[in-house]
This record gives sequence, structure tokens and C-alpha cells, in this order.
Amino acid sequence: MVTKDTNCVGCRRCEAICPTGAIRIRRYQGEFKENAYWTPRDLKDLYKHAEQGGVILTGGGNDRPYPIYWDHILMDACQVTNPSIDPLREPMELRTYLGRKPDRVGVEYNDKGEPELKTKIAPNLVAEVPVIFAPMSHGALNLNMHRAEAAAAEAAAAKAMGTYWNAGEGGLHRELYPYGDHTIVQVASGRFGVHAEYLQVSAAMEIKIGQGAKPGIGGHLPGGKVDEEISKTRMIPVGSDALSPAPNHDVYSIEDLRQLIYALKEATNYEKPVSVKIAAVHNVAAIASGIARAGADIIVLDGFRGGTGASPAIVRDNVGIPIEMALAAVDQRLRDEGIRDWVSIIAAGGIRNSGDVIKAVALGADAVYIGTAALLAVGCTLCHKCYTGKCAWGITTNDPYIAKRLNPEIAAERLTNLLKAWAHEMKEMLGLMGINAIESLGGNRLRLKAVGLTKEEMDILGILPAGA
Amino acid sequence: MGCRLCEVACAVEHSKTKDPVAAFLEEDWEPFSHTVVEMIGPVSFSLSCRHCDEPYCVEACISGALRVEDDGRVVIYEEVCVACGMCVVSCPWGAIKPRKRDGVVKAAKCDLCPDREVPACVAACPNRALNFDTALWPGLEKVEEEEIIEG
Repeated sequence: MVTKDTNCVGCRRCEAICPTGAIRIRRYQGEFKENAYWTPRDLKDLYKHAEQGGVILTGGGNDRPYPIYWDHILMDACQVTNPSIDPLREPMELRTYLGRKPDRVGVEYNDKGEPELKTKIAPNLVAEVPVIFAPMSHGALNLNMHRAEAAAAEAAAAKAMGTYWNAGEGGLHRELYPYGDHTIVQVASGRFGVHAEYLQVSAAMEIKIGQGAKPGIGGHLPGGKVDEEISKTRMIPVGSDALSPAPNHDVYSIEDLRQLIYALKEATNYEKPVSVKIAAVHNVAAIASGIARAGADIIVLDGFRGGTGASPAIVRDNVGIPIEMALAAVDQRLRDEGIRDWVSIIAAGGIRNSGDVIKAVALGADAVYIGTAALLAVGCTLCHKCYTGKCAWGITTNDPYIAKRLNPEIAAERLTNLLKAWAHEMKEMLGLMGINAIESLGGNRLRLKAVGLTKEEMDILGILPAGA
Repeated sequence: MGCRLCEVACAVEHSKTKDPVAAFLEEDWEPFSHTVVEMIGPVSFSLSCRHCDEPYCVEACISGALRVEDDGRVVIYEEVCVACGMCVVSCPWGAIKPRKRDGVVKAAKCDLCPDREVPACVAACPNRALNFDTALWPGLEKVEEEEIIEG
């Protein structure tokens, strides 16, 4: 048996499935002369450009060696003077409310002398674990993965770890309407699959303005991928390209955004929170302030490490800013303006483990989205070939032959396990900080210290150097 | 999904050494799987003996080599088999095949891996397409489940 090494994308499927363990994947070496400036990737991309004259596509998240600020932030822990908490012996709360909080709470006493809440509380999402499955559309993913995410979000709820999953911009398959209580639905620039019932069945609605992997760029689901199920869900003809414009053509300003937000709220009788998802870009703090004032209940910030089903490689690799910076800047700006409690912040784009979640919460996030991490949980090996539609693990493909490799039942179990494991770890980390509820850690940057960062970086993150 | 790992697992389980490499390369027995993966388009199906309630193969067997056990398993007693081929042609599933070992041809079919808790094909399936469900067995009232597992 021979292999055609140059065609191998390193998905490791063969290695995982070989019954004798006889296959090992190694780096294919020795192609180019060593050069510290022109890397083999640069050369290959350039040759591809020269041969074909087209834009190079890629999938997944930014894999370039930009700084990873998570890895320059360390957490605090209790010693002698303040007691830590053992989460196995004492109650520990990860429940997070996402949505607008009242500026103040009015209480009235009724005839019997009992207190009653006078303030009308805005609709909130209740996540028992502040980890939500990120928006990935039916089209980019196949229905099996959507089934798994929906089932996991609900199965976890049964185990007191209820969370949400986001159906992405491709609409929600009717088969998944029963999972609506755990589903965040998107209204994106292409408006695929958006109709009254779709909005009403959801737990929350999300206006997608941008995506971390490709800020300012729309989407393109090739017609070849649009099979009958996707066609029904997206409400477009079979085989037609699904083009999401780069901007939302009815949102050119904060005022326009406000109209769209209230259109959605009006359509659902003001019973559901509305979230606005933007990519983390240079003036993200000012934009976030505008979004909060436009009436959004939740702001999602998607950092430059966020994944994608398909994006021009040059955009994925060079556009956006780190989520750590964006998060800290937005949280600080909203606090300075006194409107932080108007909105909840969800951090997305490159959350790798429960440590990242805790750091994100301490930097000001209320919850996080996990997209890549969720895909990894069901088999993804980051081969970054999502855009080909031939995912060897059956995740980002609609080819019925390959899609079968993803058993939604197994995938849902694995996602539930992931949530369970992270929840345990987060409780441990909260306990060692002497905190018994994750909401007490929100924006508590004193519990973080920086190692190896410049003064400017620490100023933006709002944290002190280790030892200070 | 058509990976055919069940076929590999079955052939290995019914080999001399039960080692995947030896079973296919080194043994004098030909590797032989009782289950066959049938594929039509994206649909694939691992076909082995269904252990029918009223098996045609047992009716057709001229030597009494095929019998239905008390627990519902349909088993073949090789030493009695005369290799007439009647079971092979009578099985509506095509789940019985002649197998030549040590120069002798006998009928061979799924034995539900008596040495294992779960049949090898089921254990090897990476996608839970194969399930071993004793609840569907007609003989279950007669025999305790543990006994079935013990084979």
C-alpha cells in the first residue's frame, strides 16, 4: 500500500481508525531550502497564486504565531489570610444570567407586608455553565452536528448544566424546533431561514454583524453544498449559492441597528433577549457602546482566533484583534460610561480550555462561546480543510457518505462530557480563589496578573504585573 | 459509514492467534469474516446472521449440524457439518458461507463470539452502528441475561 503524501492534509482519520495502529502521521519534510523569512507556507501560497490567479481559501481559526494573551495571564489563589473553598464540599455556582439587568431594583410591600419586586426585569438567558456552543450554520456543518449540539445543550440541562447552542446563520432545521428553548438563532446579512416561527421558537435572537475569522466579510455557501434539507432550512432553491453580503444592508448605523433590534423584539413580543455579534476590531469599544445604547441585551465579541467554515486565508490570518484586548477594552468602556449592566458580554474566538473561560470572565465576559473547542470534542483535528466540504470526520461536510461518520448520539455525549469537565474545573478554580459564584468573578481583574507583557498591554487589559 | 472494521474484527476474533497482523498475514488460515458490509450509495449495512426465530438454515440442514440453542442463538456444530451447502442456499440473508480451513470445507456463520461479552464486531464499531441487544431475543424468558453474556 502506498500513500500520496503531498495530498495528505493531516486529518489523522486513518491513524485513528486503523485497527492495528500501523499508521503514524509525520510532517512531510525537506521541500524547500531553509529560510527564516520566506516560510514554506509563503512559498506554497505564492506558487498557488501564480498558478491559479485566485484567492486562497482556508477554514478553521487563525493559526499564526501572534501573541496569546491568555498565556501571559495568571490567576490568583487564596493562602493563609483568606480561605479557599472546596467545591466538592461547599456549594459553588456557575449560573449566569445573560441579558439586560435593571439599573436599580424597586421593592414594594403588599398588604400582607411581603416584599414584591416593582421593577420589570428584562428577559434573560439562564446558563448553568457559562459556556455556549458558538454559531455554526447548517450548511457549514451538517445536520448531524446540529443535532448533536442541540441534544447536548438539552441533555446537559437535565444534569443541571443547561446551556445554549447557536444555530448560526443558516436557519434552524424543523427537526430541531423542539430544542428551541436551548437555541439561539441568528439573523445575519443573508437572512437565510429567518421567519416568524423561527424567531418565536428560539431562546434568544442574535444579529450577526461580523465574525472573528473574517471581519467585514460575508459568507458564501457553494451551491454544490445546498442539498434539499439545507434548501428547506435556508429557504433557497437546491443547488443555488447562498451568498451572505459583507454588511447587513439595512444596518449602516447604530440607529439602523436599533431599528432591527426592536423589529426582532416586536416580532417576539419582547419576550426574548437580542444579542449582537461583532468581530473584535480596532474601535470595538466605541461600537460596543453604540450597540448597548441601541437596545441590545447581549454583545458577542469574536476575537481574531475565531474559526470559520471558509474564509480567504489572507483575511483570517491578518485581520482583527485579540479577544483578550477587545474584551478588556469593551468592559472598561461600558463601565466608564455606566452602562455595563445594560448588556451581557459573551467572549468568543479561541477559547481553548476552562482556564481561558475563567480568565475571560475575570476580564469582563459574562459567558463564552466555544466553536472550535466543540468541534474538537467530536473529532476535529484542526486540519483546516473545512472549506473543501470534505471533512474526514464528517463534521463540516454535507456529503452523505462522510457525514455519516458523525454519530449525533456519540457527539452529544462527548459535548456533554466536555461541559461537565469544564464545569468541574471552573468550580475548582473559583474555589481556589475563594469565590463561590462565577458572577462574583465577573470583571474582577485584581485576580489576574500579567507575565511578560508591556506596560501598554497591561494598561489595556487592566491588570498588574505579577509581583506588583 | 462503511469502514468495514467489523469485518476485520470478526476475522481477527475467529483466527488462530486473534492478532490483527498475524490473522491477515502470517496464519495458514485464510482470514474469514462472518459479517459482510453491504453498500448501496451512502447507505451501508453490516450483514451477519440474524439468528432468526424460525431459521430456514436449520430446516434445510440435512445432518443436524445447525441448531437453535435454548437462548435463541443459531449455532453450527462443525464436526457434524457435511458441507452439503443447503444452509448456504436457504439463508435469505446470505449470512452463511462455506469456509475452507485445514483443507476441509464447512459452513460458517456468526456465532456471536462465545468468548466475549459483546461480539467483536459490535465492540469494534467506531460509530455505534452495531448494537448487541439481548432484549430482542425470543429465548430471553427462558435464559437469564447473564448466561447469554457468558455464552
